[in-house]
Amino acid sequence: MQDPPLKMPQANPAPGLQGFVDDWSSDQRAFKKVSWGKAMMWIFLLSDTFVFGCFLIAYMIARSSTVTDWPNTSEVFALHVGGTELPLLLIAIMTFVLITSSGTMAMAVNCAYSRARKPTALLMVLTAALGAGFVGMQVFEWSKLIHEGVRPWGNPFGAEQFGASFFMITGFHGTHVSIGVIFLLIVARKVWKGEFDRDERTWMCSGKGDYEAVEIMGLYWHFVDLVWVFIFAFFYLW
Amino acid sequence: MSQYEDHEEHQQHPLKVYFVCWILLFVLSAGSYFVDYVQLQGLLRWSLILIFMTLKAGLIVAVFMHMAWERLALSYAIVLPPIAILMFMVIMMFESDYTVLTRIEEFGP
Repeated sequence: MQDPPLKMPQANPAPGLQGFVDDWSSDQRAFKKVSWGKAMMWIFLLSDTFVFGCFLIAYMIARSSTVTDWPNTSEVFALHVGGTELPLLLIAIMTFVLITSSGTMAMAVNCAYSRARKPTALLMVLTAALGAGFVGMQVFEWSKLIHEGVRPWGNPFGAEQFGASFFMITGFHGTHVSIGVIFLLIVARKVWKGEFDRDERTWMCSGKGDYEAVEIMGLYWHFVDLVWVFIFAFFYLW
Repeated sequence: MSQYEDHEEHQQHPLKVYFVCWILLFVLSAGSYFVDYVQLQGLLRWSLILIFMTLKAGLIVAVFMHMAWERLALSYAIVLPPIAILMFMVIMMFESDYTVLTRIEEFGP
């Protein structure tokens, strides 16, 4: 994206709404060499960090202030495979699926800056497919636990707050993954159609060869993976 | 070369960096799963969980999200505010200690 020419202070600033927009956009940029789109995505991710931070703190409070034992997650999330019980197996598979999708996303960003249109689109579709797989496994996990009697207000394994924490945290994360999958497909479609190779401005692209939307999409996707790292550590392993 | 490249640094780095990061993420995830699989307990368990978690988060932010190559103005604006979450967490640890004590006092066996 091109640096917009700095607006010089005007003798007669425009009144009304136009003046409001002018005033707010006349400052010098603080984040040099970073487009506004990327800076804004980072700031959004920071706000999301606070959302998930508060969820995890709420979970910490619930877990450390309950007088009954917290359910043993290693057993609650175990899967029976061929007669043996493997602890946290599904969660481990989900973790690996999400890391794999993060890797394919990084490859897509790399391809995008080489302006390799088709590999970029295909890698993004692959990332979306892995993300959808992750959500699918989460649906399986949810229905398994609901079937076993886990509810937001109680469960057969231990402390009552377990269900509320679990549904809240993984539900919010799953929603983020689902939104990510949808946006990945939207951006992938635009890349495939060559919209970023045309000499025109759209809301995602400032002109020919501007593939930054892919990197911004990548930031969101890696963030989803990042949140999972913390959920995996604090909710499932702790 | 399009005109856009002159103005913004594009985050393109050797593929090798990504692959090394990717493999490390797999190894670290396997490590944290292993902690649960062999049922380590106590100090060793949670210190390993925290170390693996911090390393994974750091790798994702630094390499995959390119934070290592951004200017400090952006890095500090994004990386420092979450310290407030840590402060909040510490405050609430004291708070929940107090809550559990009063609960044992009131409803305890």
